[in-house]
Amino acid sequence: MSIIYFLIGCSVLLALVFLAAFFWAQRDGQHDDMYTPSVRILLDDKPVEEIEK
Amino acid sequence: MSVITLDTTHCYHCGNDCPDEHFNIGDKDFCCHGCKEVYSILSKSGLSNYYSYNDHPGANRAQEDNRLDYLLEPAIVKDLVEYSDDDIAIVTFYIPHIHCSSCIWLLEQLNRLNPAIYYSRVDFLRKQVNIRFNKKEINLKGVVELLDRIGYDPLISLQDIVKKQVFSKKDNLVKKIAVAGFCFGNVMLLSFPEYLGFSAHDEQFKYFFGWLNLLFTIPVTFYSGWGYITSAYTSLRNKVLTIDFPLALGIVVLFVRSWAEIGFNTGAGFVDTLCGLIFFLLIGKFVQRKTYYHLSFERDYRSFFPVAVQVLDADGERHVPLSDLKVGQRIRVRHQEIIPADAILLKGEAKVDFSFVTGESVPVNKTLGEVIYAGGRQMGGAIELDVVKPVSQSYLTRLWNNEAFSRNQDDRIETFSQKVSKYFTIVLLIIALGSFLYWMPSDMHRAIASLTAVLIIACPCALALSTPFTMSAALGIFDKNFFYLKNAAVVEQIAAVDTIVFDKTGTISIAGGSSVALVGDLSINEKDAISAVCANSSHPLSQLVCQYLGAAARNTVVNAYNEIGGKGITAQVNGKSIKLGSGKFVLDAGDNRAGDNGSLVHILIDGKYRGYFTIKHQYRQGVYDMRKLNADYKLYLLSGDHNHERSNLASVFGNDGAMFFEQSPQNKLDFIGYLQQQGRKVMMLGDGLNDAGALKQSDIGIAVTDNVNNFSPGSDAILDGRSLARLPAFLQFSKDAMRVVYASFGISLLYNLLGLSYAVTGKLSPVIAAILMPVSTVTIISFTSLATHLAAKKRKLL
Repeated sequence: MSIIYFLIGCSVLLALVFLAAFFWAQRDGQHDDMYTPSVRILLDDKPVEEIEK
Repeated sequence: MSVITLDTTHCYHCGNDCPDEHFNIGDKDFCCHGCKEVYSILSKSGLSNYYSYNDHPGANRAQEDNRLDYLLEPAIVKDLVEYSDDDIAIVTFYIPHIHCSSCIWLLEQLNRLNPAIYYSRVDFLRKQVNIRFNKKEINLKGVVELLDRIGYDPLISLQDIVKKQVFSKKDNLVKKIAVAGFCFGNVMLLSFPEYLGFSAHDEQFKYFFGWLNLLFTIPVTFYSGWGYITSAYTSLRNKVLTIDFPLALGIVVLFVRSWAEIGFNTGAGFVDTLCGLIFFLLIGKFVQRKTYYHLSFERDYRSFFPVAVQVLDADGERHVPLSDLKVGQRIRVRHQEIIPADAILLKGEAKVDFSFVTGESVPVNKTLGEVIYAGGRQMGGAIELDVVKPVSQSYLTRLWNNEAFSRNQDDRIETFSQKVSKYFTIVLLIIALGSFLYWMPSDMHRAIASLTAVLIIACPCALALSTPFTMSAALGIFDKNFFYLKNAAVVEQIAAVDTIVFDKTGTISIAGGSSVALVGDLSINEKDAISAVCANSSHPLSQLVCQYLGAAARNTVVNAYNEIGGKGITAQVNGKSIKLGSGKFVLDAGDNRAGDNGSLVHILIDGKYRGYFTIKHQYRQGVYDMRKLNADYKLYLLSGDHNHERSNLASVFGNDGAMFFEQSPQNKLDFIGYLQQQGRKVMMLGDGLNDAGALKQSDIGIAVTDNVNNFSPGSDAILDGRSLARLPAFLQFSKDAMRVVYASFGISLLYNLLGLSYAVTGKLSPVIAAILMPVSTVTIISFTSLATHLAAKKRKLL
């Protein structure tokens, strides 16, 4: 049953990694604008088509 | 390149109807030169995709008017730019036209229009674009010009246009919630074995889990929950008991007792109660802090006034930031520009639109040498003026020097929860001390156990959550009805209101629109005669009738003209006797047609009744329903306008001096202050800058606007004009919301009593605390949201 020490250590460590990821995202400003990315992802950047004189 | 077509075509760029003579490129039609220009710029840069995401995404470019020279002034550039070094500068603009995905796409392609712009990012809800550009190749003016050329002219003002994310970052609430949630989850997992009971050979894990749990209490208490402890400490030092005090006490006791129990191996501690408590409390705080991205509640005149003024002096013309404008300087104001300070007209034809300030929409002509008050908008050619008062001391802006503007907004009304928590804390301390003293003589250990148990179990978590959750649910309901509150506390203030003050123009009436209709038959001669009679009167109804009928023929001569104020007119025209006016004046008493409300003009020609004009004032829908409010509220009308419409509005406000006309902005502010001195809780509804002082002074100021993205003066709430009719329902609903708060306080007190009955015996097991706390929280959250929605349904707001 000593494996539990190891498993719990792993789970806490993993949770810490997720917490750190969340902190990073927060600091990076990824939660500042929660709406625009949902629109932006639908805009495809087609290559330049009609260039008029 | 103009062509003539017969069917109406829509402009490819902005979607407006094209006039018969319009511009086109290929098969695409454009209503004006401006729109065509934007299209050709975009198509040349290969950005025609702009038109493929949405139909007609552009802004109409018919009126081009841009004077951007002031953006060369270093002092102004410094204020606008967020970051700047030798090479690059970063600036954020507010662009009102951002409205669709095409806008996002185009504005993020600025680099293709000008390579000196490295990066541009749109924040759609805030209608902002963040631009990073090379300072050496393009200056700020160039960037604005580029935006302007593609139809996205930014609105530049020095105050509060660009919203920064300072608030949420300042106290790291989201991070605190993340830490508390992280600890709560882990601790719950680690506590389960303890609750289920360890078998004899698993005893070793008990210490491991216990100590691991204790580790988690450290970040929760000293990072996430620290704010409660410091806030309790400061409020205690100020000798006030807030709800933070019992909360902080609970946190401290939970922390100490958990460490003691686990450290001395006497129990399992209350670690998950501690984590859960702080987690839920922070969630409540987060919910309470809901803000609107697209609205601003803190505007003052600086948002409306120009950033820079053109000053003429010995060195010629230059742009001076508004704050540096001095008395005696000569300024030039062009068409559509706002006069920034009280000034004397020196040159040019001044035609000033004061609708901004007074609500009167007709421009006023001013003669040379006359003082023009700040806030007016010049219509017509350029004028030159001599500044006589500094910007902050001008007629309109002086309002902002009033103490109403420097007052702290938050402590106007003591909230219900503040009142309750005072007594709650006292009772809690008495019970805790009582149970401690009861057990002390017989069993010291038990006495301490019961003291701490009482403080833990009675920790008013559910109590602290009931207000934020109810208020945010109510906020959501208001929001669906186009009524946007600044924050959750405003709901409670609305419920406490007993006096409502309305502004007229722009608030209950729509500026500049009345319609006239004739009921009955009149010959052309008779119409001429009536028109000629009405032309003699300056009464607004006469003016409207006159406008409706058109000018009279030359040979109509009016004799024996007699106007009786507030009643009507009698006159002789070409031998006919004409009587016009209100029902009581024209008709015999007892005639059922006389039951009018002042918006009918009856016609009597040669003693024969010939019909009437109906004059519909463009009041907002539901204005007349406001009279229902008279039962519970005292209504007042404060108007900057003349008293033409007194009789129309009498049915709403009554005649007992509740209507005040020709009120200056300062008068309005003073009147609200006078009502407050009489102990009244005043709600003010207004729209223009002239109401700004009254809005600020009142207990709750509501800005009424036709478009919530337009500027509205600083206020506690913004109401879309379409929803004015729902005001009675809003008032009712805010009272319902308060009832929900009372009820949920009751429920959470019941939970507290239940827990206390265990706690006073000193035998509180961690399991009970761990169950009671989340259960009470969930009950409160579901009860408040359910009850609020039911109340909204009852008031027909959902």
